[in-house]
Amino acid sequence: MFDFSIVTSWIHGFLTSVMPVELAVFIECVAIGVCLLLAYAVIAIIMIFMERKVCAAFQCRLGPVRVGPWGTLQLFADVFKMLIKEIVTIRHADKFLYNLAPYIVILSSILAFACIPVNKGMEILDFNVGVFFLMAASSIGIVGVLLAGWSSNNKYSLIGAMRSGAQMISYELSVGLSILTIVVLTDTMQFSEIVERQADGWFIFKGHFPAVIAFIIYLIAGNAEVNRGPFDLPEAESELTAGYHTEYSGMHFGLFYVAEFVNLFIVSAIAATIFLGGWMPLHIPGLDGFNQVMDYIPGFVWFFAKALFVVWLLMWIKWTFPRLRIDQILTLEWKYLIPIGLFNLLLMVVCVVFGWHF
Amino acid sequence: MEIKKPKIKSMRYDDFKNNEYLEAMLKELNAHGTNVVVGCLDELINWGRSNSLWPFTFATSCCGIEFMAMCAARYDVARFGFEITRNSPRQADVILVSGTITNKMAPVLKRLYDQMADPKYVIAVGGCAVSGGPFKKSYHVVKGVDKVLPVDVYVPGCPPRPEAMLYGMMQLQRKVKVEKFLGGINHQVSKKEYARLMERDLNAERDELNVEQEKD
Amino acid sequence: MDLKAKILSLVPEAVYNDRGDGMWTIPAGKFHDFAVAIRNEKELKFDFLRSLTGMDWGEEGLGVVYHLESTEYGHQLVVRTLTADRVNSSLPSVCDVWKAAEFNEREVFDYFGICFVNHPDMRRLYLRDDWVGHPLRKDYDDSEDINPLRMSNEVAKDDVESFDLQPDGSIIEHRKVLFDNDEYVINIGPQHPATHGVLRFRVSIEGEFIKKLDVHCGYIHRGIEKMCESLTYPQTLALTDRLDYLSAMQSRHALCMCIEKGLGVEVSDRVKYIRTIMDELQRIDSHILFFSCLCQDLGATSAFLYGFRDREKILDIFEETCGGRLILNYNTIGGVQADIHPNFVHRVKEFIPYMRRNIQEYHDVFTGNVIAQHRLKGVGVLSREDAISFGATGGTGRASGWACDVRKRIPYGVYDKVDFKEILYTDGDSFARYMVRMDEIMESLNIVEQLIDNIPAGDFQLKMKPVIRIPEGSYYAAVEASRGEFGVFIESHGDKNPYRLKFRSTGLPLVSCMDTICRGGKIADLIAIGGTLDYIIPDIDR
Repeated sequence: MFDFSIVTSWIHGFLTSVMPVELAVFIECVAIGVCLLLAYAVIAIIMIFMERKVCAAFQCRLGPVRVGPWGTLQLFADVFKMLIKEIVTIRHADKFLYNLAPYIVILSSILAFACIPVNKGMEILDFNVGVFFLMAASSIGIVGVLLAGWSSNNKYSLIGAMRSGAQMISYELSVGLSILTIVVLTDTMQFSEIVERQADGWFIFKGHFPAVIAFIIYLIAGNAEVNRGPFDLPEAESELTAGYHTEYSGMHFGLFYVAEFVNLFIVSAIAATIFLGGWMPLHIPGLDGFNQVMDYIPGFVWFFAKALFVVWLLMWIKWTFPRLRIDQILTLEWKYLIPIGLFNLLLMVVCVVFGWHF
Repeated sequence: MEIKKPKIKSMRYDDFKNNEYLEAMLKELNAHGTNVVVGCLDELINWGRSNSLWPFTFATSCCGIEFMAMCAARYDVARFGFEITRNSPRQADVILVSGTITNKMAPVLKRLYDQMADPKYVIAVGGCAVSGGPFKKSYHVVKGVDKVLPVDVYVPGCPPRPEAMLYGMMQLQRKVKVEKFLGGINHQVSKKEYARLMERDLNAERDELNVEQEKD
Repeated sequence: MDLKAKILSLVPEAVYNDRGDGMWTIPAGKFHDFAVAIRNEKELKFDFLRSLTGMDWGEEGLGVVYHLESTEYGHQLVVRTLTADRVNSSLPSVCDVWKAAEFNEREVFDYFGICFVNHPDMRRLYLRDDWVGHPLRKDYDDSEDINPLRMSNEVAKDDVESFDLQPDGSIIEHRKVLFDNDEYVINIGPQHPATHGVLRFRVSIEGEFIKKLDVHCGYIHRGIEKMCESLTYPQTLALTDRLDYLSAMQSRHALCMCIEKGLGVEVSDRVKYIRTIMDELQRIDSHILFFSCLCQDLGATSAFLYGFRDREKILDIFEETCGGRLILNYNTIGGVQADIHPNFVHRVKEFIPYMRRNIQEYHDVFTGNVIAQHRLKGVGVLSREDAISFGATGGTGRASGWACDVRKRIPYGVYDKVDFKEILYTDGDSFARYMVRMDEIMESLNIVEQLIDNIPAGDFQLKMKPVIRIPEGSYYAAVEASRGEFGVFIESHGDKNPYRLKFRSTGLPLVSCMDTICRGGKIADLIAIGGTLDYIIPDIDR
């Protein structure tokens, strides 16, 4: 298996041999930051394009095909247009908060994005409390959404923001519970460790029953967390025009738009990491020849395949189901998902204590 | 300077019916000293803008149904990249005025248009928006939306077929491609007028804006 | 039961005029008591106010014509009342007897300036509050100077005028409050993706719950009725397609039927068959679009596209015969524009099994979905009495248990020769309204299947005189349009233009019951209710 830490340690060695350590670290940080932002942008473009093509496929039509071969340059056209659109100044809006809100949303999105291990040795933020950090960082986005709704000085935006805030805060709990279930199974919170421990089988297989339930709860809750799919009432296009980002134009709106899709990718990537093994290839304990063949495929190919599969699953759900009303969303969470999640956690603890897992 | 012909994929330049209008517009811009489509950056941005015109969901009557049919699977406006219809005027690029505009709706339409972010375009779809259509004799119908907004493309028909509306969008794409973007002749009002309106808006009391349109 | 005798016993001064359909004249002073009596007396029970039409009879005065029907006994009545005072006209309001009168009387006030005493909310319905004059009066001055294009934003009023009759006979105007100062009022529309057109609601909400809803119409009011008074009868046909554009065939059929009734001509059997088949195809088209738009409003966008894909097949059939997809221009006075295309029968026969399969797909994708059921079941219940009182016909009325199908009540075309069920549900909630229309698609397919092979040979157009004049009198004809009873009322004074042409709108009763059924629901329910009531705004505003 190709280990990316070879590359990183080579770069580090090279830089420290030419300059003092602090400067080398500083240059590395800047380089990583730039790579992170580039990766973020590239993932955003791939995600939005995938959404449009997948949506078109479900709806028996073609999707973008004219701009570039098979429509691949469509997103770049959209980006150029978004960059030069006028940013409208709202007269009675709270200007500081109004301008700050998109950046908070992007900030939380980038922080969460940085936690995901893409290949062996290719992680940016890798604490020993990685899971905890991820959940904390993704909660910052809620503040951005609420600020956007409040500072727009628009009744629709306010309603959208209130709904969104209530929904996101509620579903954080379910997300946390389902991730905790796996943490109980593996007794580590560090992402790279979680992936390493799936070398002899992915957690969704190792944890059988409770892990599958946790996976399903995570998908539903993750979907709701990022305001997608049947839970997109806060920005329900046919009800509140555009919800909390009604009053944003130009690049500010672009930031919200991009953040939504990358958040979807992050949710899927975490699902892929925690439940489906991340960059770890499919290993069946006992079949060594098969495992060796699987190892030839590089880790990041596995990772992206799994993450994009989960993304496709979530898009399928979005384009099929109608929207839930806000009270139904909250009922689902508090009356169904949380009790099931708690029970599931208990079940997993029992399984771990008695060793009833693979 | 040779007039550059805007290219639309899979349509020949000569198949379009308004080439004289476009060429006259280019000649006029050239005569005023504004060089049209100068550098690569201009072309790149114009390419981006023309392929990403997001319509505003606005439909008053029958033409709205044909607009929905255009977005549906058979005519599929998504091929052009225009399927993202935004409901908030601030995020939309082009407003396809489909359907009759009545006297009661005219101030609402003007307000929506004013809320849109620049650069913005207007396509008048259907006989009613072009000139009042079958309802020309009515006491409550605006005889053509160009009495209220500056229109870029007119698409006649009652209702126009979805192919006609797609043709209208392609005409708009051509118009966008020849506009010079960097350098600011993009706003529909002049810079001085824009500054004056901004000044007035920022200082007016709430009720002062509810005035009749001043006749200049 | 002798209706004539009964009425004369209630109001001895009533006068009967038998030109056209026949009309009773009741003096204004006795009208309100007369209305209460005919509504409640046990052998009369006229509980369905079909149509309320304002009229300007010149020197005779201004007045209102009421078309009434009893849902229990089926008998019908046409009455009118008038006032000779053209400056301060006032008539008694009957909105406490029939709820349908509320919006209709506002419309009459808007068009003619007649104030209705004891009406709770005497505002104009369609025109701006600063409009000068009343358009449908015969002495209306429509010059541009009096009513220029006003570009100022309308100020939303939170209180309304109402005229009350005091015990001593005098009339006092006082203001009723619509929305208090501390209510959270949001504005939905007129530009809104979900209102199926340009309709504006001002909604007072508390959290997510709707406390009160105020409807503002008129954003697509094109003055069609006034325009028709200066057009000849064949010219008026062109405008009907644009009213409810998804019942284009049926609306034009109604107008042609009314003119033919006035002229006393009977169309050939071939024309009747063709008109019936086209009506049913239009109904299927409209219900598919209802399904698509409801799904989109609720968030299931894929179902929207599936519906449109199937709708295109019907549009292909229409286009081959009529030349148009949405605006069809097919029915004419005395027949149809052109004979059906040779491919017509074959294509329709291909379409019927295709659509039957796809309805099953719609049920799989949307109807059985637990989310859709939770969004629709129990939401926005309209009781049967309310439906009758408001006059909410069509799928909405049938979902509340009221058998209001014009095809069964007053058969026209060849509906009396065809075997089909009238779909009735009793729950009255949004899910019932949805299911009524889905089942009606199947019934329409059955009707078309029964008729398509048996179209008799014959002429597709009768020979009509070049200038069409209808004998003096008033005539009413109704069809079952996709959304309800669409009626046409023509009063003719023997000219080549109609003296008054009124379209009984299918959507106005539906929109007037929005306030009643949305209270206590949530904003998201408003969208579901609006989607299932299925109104088309140009039909409301005319």
